[in-house]
Amino acid sequence: MMTSRIHPLLLLSTVLVYIFLMGPLIIVFGASLSDTTYLTFPPQGLTLRWFENIFKIGAFRRTIVTSLELAFLATGLALFIGIPAAYALNRYRVQLPTWLSTVFVLPILVPEIVFGFSLLKSVAVGASAPIFVALLIGHTLLVLPYCVRVISASLASFDFSIEEAAVSLGSPPIKTFFTVVLPNVRSGVIAAFILAFITSINDVSTSLFLTGPGISTLPIQILAHVEQFFDPTIASVSVLLMLLTVAVMAIIERTLGLTFLAK
Amino acid sequence: MTLPLTIENLTAHYGPTKVLEDLSLSVGAGELVSLLGASGCGKTTTLRLVAGFLEPTAGTILLGGKDLTKLPAYKRDIGLVFQNYALFPHLSVLENVAFGLKQRGISPAERQKRALAMLERVGLSPLADRLPGALSGGQKQRVALARALVIEPPLLMFDEPLSNLDAKLRIDMRVEIRQLQRANGTTSVYVTHDQEEAFSISDRVAIMNAGRIMQFDTPEVLYQRPANAFVARFVGFENLIPMHVLARQGEQVIAEAAGGVKLHFNQDRFGQIPDDFVLAARADGLAATANLAAEGLPAMLGLRTYLGRAYQYQCETAAGLLVANGSLSDPLRSGDGARLVPLPEQCCILAPEHS
Repeated sequence: MMTSRIHPLLLLSTVLVYIFLMGPLIIVFGASLSDTTYLTFPPQGLTLRWFENIFKIGAFRRTIVTSLELAFLATGLALFIGIPAAYALNRYRVQLPTWLSTVFVLPILVPEIVFGFSLLKSVAVGASAPIFVALLIGHTLLVLPYCVRVISASLASFDFSIEEAAVSLGSPPIKTFFTVVLPNVRSGVIAAFILAFITSINDVSTSLFLTGPGISTLPIQILAHVEQFFDPTIASVSVLLMLLTVAVMAIIERTLGLTFLAK
Repeated sequence: MTLPLTIENLTAHYGPTKVLEDLSLSVGAGELVSLLGASGCGKTTTLRLVAGFLEPTAGTILLGGKDLTKLPAYKRDIGLVFQNYALFPHLSVLENVAFGLKQRGISPAERQKRALAMLERVGLSPLADRLPGALSGGQKQRVALARALVIEPPLLMFDEPLSNLDAKLRIDMRVEIRQLQRANGTTSVYVTHDQEEAFSISDRVAIMNAGRIMQFDTPEVLYQRPANAFVARFVGFENLIPMHVLARQGEQVIAEAAGGVKLHFNQDRFGQIPDDFVLAARADGLAATANLAAEGLPAMLGLRTYLGRAYQYQCETAAGLLVANGSLSDPLRSGDGARLVPLPEQCCILAPEHS
């Protein structure tokens, strides 16, 4: 039997990369289970009371809901704007100026702190929008580039004569978009959703400027909590945030995948 | 159902650039007409205008007397076959073919039946459940053909349908397309840059250049009697020799080419000959002979190549570089002087080109 030999250096670097990637997760997960009143790793004793503690603190309960609402709404809005934008940028690539697609990456290019501050000046203070609305606008703009870029990449390999074929067979343009174009960029839409959702739910820099009295997001609340307490609640809430993200991803992959498949 | 297509005075622009100028074309019911030309000649633009993917600046498109010009593409009821097949990648072969029937509100059972019958006709019924990704190029084009034919369109249009196939398959497929088209009697417009393809399957061919039709006729006429220098060059007349009439004696015309050589032409053969004209001949129509007394263009023979049916010579003449053929039994040598004798039955007399 053939055995392929793995170079020891390759093995070592692979193991190191994995440790590097997994380490923080394992430490946070371990710390969240520690039966001590301070953060420590490896955990001393095992308890789930820090998870229970999250729900005893009203601020955490409220911010988890806010963060989820925000992430879903901002991602939804960004897809609503981003899918047509990506479609137009690809469909009419020849006719449109090249800088137009660059506009959609600007929110990534601008340092987030500056981006957050300018939103505070314009949306929150300037237009005196309610806090949640300001957050929603901020997050939508923040995740829009991911939606446009990822779906654009998917559309770049889409042959638009397929769309014309459908139209020539009697399918009206709007219907064609949903029955022919969208199913073929499904993976791009799902990837965009996931990227956008993660970006929104983990965002600190932009939210820092836009949260206000009574309304905050989970990462901002974690930051506030850490400033005052050093108990393992912070580790458990981090684990919860991770699990939440993973769960949403799984659900999206399932449902979005299935509805698209069902035509 | 089959209807005639009439295009009247069609003009189109891409931005400020005029890509089609005052183009008129009529395709009879059941006829297959090719639009032939190099890329950028306006042939695909014409097809896209008829399909409704582009809007003309002026002109009308009539299908069986019905004005299509302002009708949205999805209401035009035209079968289209694309160069890159344009199959729906997420649908099975059967669903691809049934797509157009579904848009027409035909019941699932009926559309399955009709789609399968059409797949049977193109010999692909065993592959009905495959996804297009699992098919070869020729199979994909057959599915595309079935998909366009199953809706029984009054007009079928092909946009370079065979360009992505290899040479052998291209010939098989074009025969198949022609047979299906004949059997259904569907009026067809076929866009191609391949002269052999266009000539072999079309009832008539429109040769296009710079947004205009240069000549629209049967392949036989185009090949033997091109109407102008552009078409002559396009269908392989290598030699275009400008001439000027010196004298007319009844039906006999004496004309002079560059270098002062005089040739006789008979109007019985060529019709009315204008004072200035271009003598067009393929290499076959210009016989190279060592007989310096023959009436022909004096030439210095250059490179000789062997064609199987004849020798071909690159010839230096006062009228420029010409290509002539010579008999196999009498090979001439490079560097020799010779006469190039135009064979009247293989020559054309054309109006001079505008410079």
